[in-house]
Amino acid sequence: MDLFEYQGKQYFARFGIAVSPGDIADTVEEAVAVAERVGYPVVVKAQVKVGGRGKAGGVKLANDVDEVRLHAGNILGLDIKGHIVRRLWIERSSDIAKEYYASFTLDRPNKTHLGMLSAQGGVEIEVVAEENPDAIAFLSIDPVRGLDLATARRWVNEAELDEAAREQTAELLVKLYDCYTKGDCDLAEVNPLILTPDNRVHALDAKVTLDENASFRHPEWEEFRATETDDPREKMAKERGLNYIGLDGTVGIIANGAGLAMSTLDVVNQVGGTAANFLDIGGGANADVMAAALEVINSDPKVKAIFVNIFGGITRVDEVAKGVLEALERVKISSPIVLRLDGTNAVEGRAILAPHLSATLITEPTMLDAARRVVAFANA
Amino acid sequence: MSIFVDENTKVIVQGLTGSQGRFHGLRNRDYGTKVVGGVTPGKGGTDVDGIPVFNTVKEAVEATGATASFIVVPPKFASEAILEAAAGGITFIVCITEGIPAHDEAVTFNRLVEEFPGVRLLGPNCPGIISPGKCNIGITSGDIALAGGPVGIVSRSGTLTYQALHELSQQGIGQTTCVGIGGDPVPGTNFIDCLAAFQADPETKAVMMIGEIGGSEEERAAEWIKHNMTKPVVSYIAGVTAPPGRKMGHAGAIISGSKGTAQAKMDALRAAGVHVCLNPTEAGQKMVEIVKGL
Repeated sequence: MDLFEYQGKQYFARFGIAVSPGDIADTVEEAVAVAERVGYPVVVKAQVKVGGRGKAGGVKLANDVDEVRLHAGNILGLDIKGHIVRRLWIERSSDIAKEYYASFTLDRPNKTHLGMLSAQGGVEIEVVAEENPDAIAFLSIDPVRGLDLATARRWVNEAELDEAAREQTAELLVKLYDCYTKGDCDLAEVNPLILTPDNRVHALDAKVTLDENASFRHPEWEEFRATETDDPREKMAKERGLNYIGLDGTVGIIANGAGLAMSTLDVVNQVGGTAANFLDIGGGANADVMAAALEVINSDPKVKAIFVNIFGGITRVDEVAKGVLEALERVKISSPIVLRLDGTNAVEGRAILAPHLSATLITEPTMLDAARRVVAFANA
Repeated sequence: MSIFVDENTKVIVQGLTGSQGRFHGLRNRDYGTKVVGGVTPGKGGTDVDGIPVFNTVKEAVEATGATASFIVVPPKFASEAILEAAAGGITFIVCITEGIPAHDEAVTFNRLVEEFPGVRLLGPNCPGIISPGKCNIGITSGDIALAGGPVGIVSRSGTLTYQALHELSQQGIGQTTCVGIGGDPVPGTNFIDCLAAFQADPETKAVMMIGEIGGSEEERAAEWIKHNMTKPVVSYIAGVTAPPGRKMGHAGAIISGSKGTAQAKMDALRAAGVHVCLNPTEAGQKMVEIVKGL
């Protein structure tokens, strides 16, 4: 789960990482109130989960109340790469002497943690990595041993940060590592990490991705979940406990297993269609799950046809077939449905469906045949 | 021959008394796997359909001589269960648990490597391993597999593994072993481990490798294949149309920035001489063609 900047900063603050004083605002009046509280000048920042906010006009400096009104009014409702700004973060503006970069993430091939630190911050780290790879100091961290202050000190020296920033940065890095591990982050990134003219180091931005597998030990994540998605389809799916990702196409997809669901998207694409979603109903494809899945897909006005792709392993296809029929009694579906049922008890499953098949409820023997059929419906 | 397990592998099930453990443990036994015991703390001395239950892995190993363990416990207990298995004398651990935090996996994997270097972990979040006709540890339905080889299968995805087994079995092509390595970011056993074992196994004549977006294991596997693999490899990579930045069901299936795309993986595999196919059906057909030409 990706956090908004303001959530990332609040998360950092819990681990003692210095951030600028500020608060959120959903209206111009709230923005003014926050600005008056934290003191001018302030920065008005669009809260969207996408890069390039500054270039899109989503980050502005305001020196007085009129400027706060002007910028907050302009930024709220702004469309940044398809993300509509609904919330602002207003924080005290910082004078910047130097901009650095720091992050922790999992180094998957080596199964260790990877720290990246650079004296060249404020720009995308991918660009630095491409143009000037030597400017990044990489640190491989054994997850069992963790990161201690002595190692962090050597690391800031190696990254050639300004002398005045080194000790504070080393301490901040240990806290950031703490946030990354104890806070169960997939990614904890500060860009820029700044040194002010009066020699203070703090996080001017926050990019945090949380590992949802760890949510059982983080009840405090509930507040982040509430703001996780704007997509009404994804909200609906989440309420029904479905593993759903909204896309832009016209073929609704229901499959069991993440790999098969991904593969279904690919095959639909190969035969000239576009998927409206990714939806993995997992192992327990009973009537409740199937009804919930069909409901979510049916709520998507772009969907023109639905592809149910099931390979029974532990999931029994006869149970799936019963689930589909039961679901159809409960939910009125407006699009034609093409099913491909294979694997455990597929013969029984197809037999259960046979008397109910029609011009809009169709089975096909293979994944490819079914994809062709469903795409023909969607593109008709 | 098979890799990692065979008809003599003795297996205990950690979590046998739970509903999932009981269901899959008994299915594995019914398939012919030597399921010799279960482990549930506090339930030692009882049994599940005749399979004795022990309080600890150590007791189970001492009493049964088991060398493999099948872990079916909830995510918050899985890391502890893996380390207990290793400390108790198990050398091959299959953990199907889905939803273990990545940081726990990273710590557990590194502790295993350091403290128990001889132990192999398969998973977590994997369907398990089946050597048709000999041994089935995990949740794969035994009836979609066909004994006798000559194909080895290694896959990151559960249902696509079933799909691959099914496509081959229907064409009368058997499998030596089918290994599901799982879709998490820190898998205990990776593609290269399995490819190397298949390359060394005289009965495996060709390998089907099923990957997906995220990470760089497929690229690393491609590099390994280029320099070490003499047997033909057919591959399919799921997620060509997956959007960046979204986890496609599996914790490990995510395109980060420009890294981990299906296209990069397919390009790397093609460059290593692998037959890359665009969907599972095509991959099955290609493998049939290759096996018939052997």
